[in-house]
Amino acid sequence: MIASITLKDGLATKGSLEAASYAVALAKAEGTEAVAVVHGPLKGDGGLGATGIAKVLHYADELQDAGQIAKLVAAAASGSSVILAHDAVGRAVAPAVAVHLNAGLVSGVTELPASGAVRRNVFSGKAMADVEVATGQAVYTVTPNTFPVAADGGVAAVEAFQAEVGEARVKVKAFHASSADGQVPLPEAELVVSAGRGLKGPENWGIVEDLASALGATTACSRPVADIGWRPHHEHVGQTGVAIRPNLYIAAGISGAIQHLAGVNQSKVIVVINTDPEAPFFKAADYGIVGDAFEVLPKLTAAVKALEA
Amino acid sequence: MNILVCISQAPDTTSRIAFTNGDKEFDPNGVQFIVNPYDEWYALVRALELKEAGGGTVTTLTVGDASTDPVIRKALAIGADAAVRVDFKPTDSMQTARLIAAHAEGKGYDLILCGKETIDYNGSVVPGMVAALLDLPYVALGTKLEVANGVATVMREVTGGEEEVEVTLPAVVSAAKGMAEQRIPNMRGIMSARTKPLQVEAGSADAATVVRTFSLPEDKGSCKMIPADQAEELIRLLREEAKVI
Ligand SMILES: Cc1cc2nc3c(=O)[nH]c(=O)nc-3n(C[C@H](O)[C@H](O)[C@H](O)COP(=O)(O)OP(=O)(O)OC[C@H]3O[C@@H](n4cnc5c(N)ncnc54)[C@H](O)[C@@H]3O)c2cc1C
Ligand SMILES: Nc1ncnc2c1ncn2[C@@H]1O[C@H](COP(=O)(O)O)[C@@H](O)[C@H]1O
Repeated sequence: MIASITLKDGLATKGSLEAASYAVALAKAEGTEAVAVVHGPLKGDGGLGATGIAKVLHYADELQDAGQIAKLVAAAASGSSVILAHDAVGRAVAPAVAVHLNAGLVSGVTELPASGAVRRNVFSGKAMADVEVATGQAVYTVTPNTFPVAADGGVAAVEAFQAEVGEARVKVKAFHASSADGQVPLPEAELVVSAGRGLKGPENWGIVEDLASALGATTACSRPVADIGWRPHHEHVGQTGVAIRPNLYIAAGISGAIQHLAGVNQSKVIVVINTDPEAPFFKAADYGIVGDAFEVLPKLTAAVKALEA
Repeated sequence: MNILVCISQAPDTTSRIAFTNGDKEFDPNGVQFIVNPYDEWYALVRALELKEAGGGTVTTLTVGDASTDPVIRKALAIGADAAVRVDFKPTDSMQTARLIAAHAEGKGYDLILCGKETIDYNGSVVPGMVAALLDLPYVALGTKLEVANGVATVMREVTGGEEEVEVTLPAVVSAAKGMAEQRIPNMRGIMSARTKPLQVEAGSADAATVVRTFSLPEDKGSCKMIPADQAEELIRLLREEAKVI
């Protein structure tokens, strides 16, 4: 089993640790070992041994072109199945790995394979599909925040690894961080506080941000709010925005349109705050408060702070 | 510049999802189909803008049976010059990608634009496979796309932000929100779409994956309501009952 890993500051990203843990669990079930393939500057074993990864194959240069990463991973795979995170890198790399290995790809899996099929979400979270891979090798990308990071492993052996990856054809010129204030990026966030048109204007987002920062949560919004420029585009969740699966999703002043739900209905716990008791969102919620977000949000923030004090 | 835009059809975003044939197939009964939003709003419209600015052609390509013709006509009404349909109903992304690559091979397209994902299968894989099959560079999740002197500058979504990348054409790019603004077809577009060429090609490819069954998520139990003046009770429940904070 091969896990394809993205490093940040020498350590595996959260999504990659989830992919590594998934690979370890699969390898255990098949009685084999899980090996990670990494590229670029590496600190120790990149934090991968802790997930149960036995060996880290280390390609020294940092690669930014998905085509090159795919060649590296395919070279390391030699007969094994490959696991990647279903993040921006995994989405770009996995399809090419599948082509190079001539292997079936199941993207965005949410569980380990069971009796020969693996589960993924389809129809933007409105349904699930159990998919069989018809080829010997398989490539899976793991939906962020669905598979827990294992921490019962040890230290992985690091081995230098060489492969013919060709020229970089996609060249990175600049990076613009979106979550400047150190928030966890939305797709990885375990706690999310989101708000919609019910907040009435961008100047009112302070109460949303306060609750988010008290909880250590990431902020999100409904689509119209991003479209009219009250909030940045990368915060837009839903069918045409980011699909998320946090442990907790708090939605204030969002009606719960089906296209919004499509991106958030996989959240483990949903809290809805809306002045309208008939808002459709309550049907998808675990906890609800019929009330004015302008009064309820500050109360929640105070309650969180009181709890922590 | 000659651009190929890969267009798929998807159930309207408000559709009720149901399955048939022993839960092995999507039930299209009573479903309104639309052009997959990423393909239409972003990929196709950006292709048209690039053509309007610099000349060339915009061709759409769909892998699907005749039931996809109405959404292909919609793409023509929005402004594509010509459409190709590979007459095959795919059940797996590898099939779709192989048929797209087989069509595009040797046709000299400068740019192949796709959506970032279909809203039914949500694979996010076809464009990357097409690029690998044609040995072209691939930029996923593009939110901005400019082309000058045969080089595309793309802003792409990455974890925690956006990256500006450069790639020499030909290349494959997948489009995410931000790349363009939705266009509503006008009457003239709709009329002229009727006479634009929709060429149908034969093709087939083997599937690398098979859906064994589809299922629907269980209904949530009823929502626990908390009075607005006891908001702090919610925080206690989130910690002690739901154990999420
Ligand atoms: C093809 C397509 C794709 C789409 N994709 C997405 C998507 O990805 N994401 C998305 O979000 N939308 C999407 N939409 C739009 C979606 O249909 C809704 O229009 C949108 O989600 C509504 O946003 P909202 O809930 O913020 O606003 P509204 O629907 O206007 O709801 C505002 C809510 O706030 C409540 N409210 C008002 N004042 C207060 C207050 N003081 N306190 C508390 N509550 C208050 C109101 O009762 C109401 O329920 C899409 C639409 C289409 C057609
Ligand atoms: N049947 C199809 N015909 C043409 N293009 C397709 C088809 N399926 C997917 N695509 C393209 O590939 C993109 C990603 O699809 P997917 O990998 O299925 O999420 C879509 O947004 C389309 O641009």
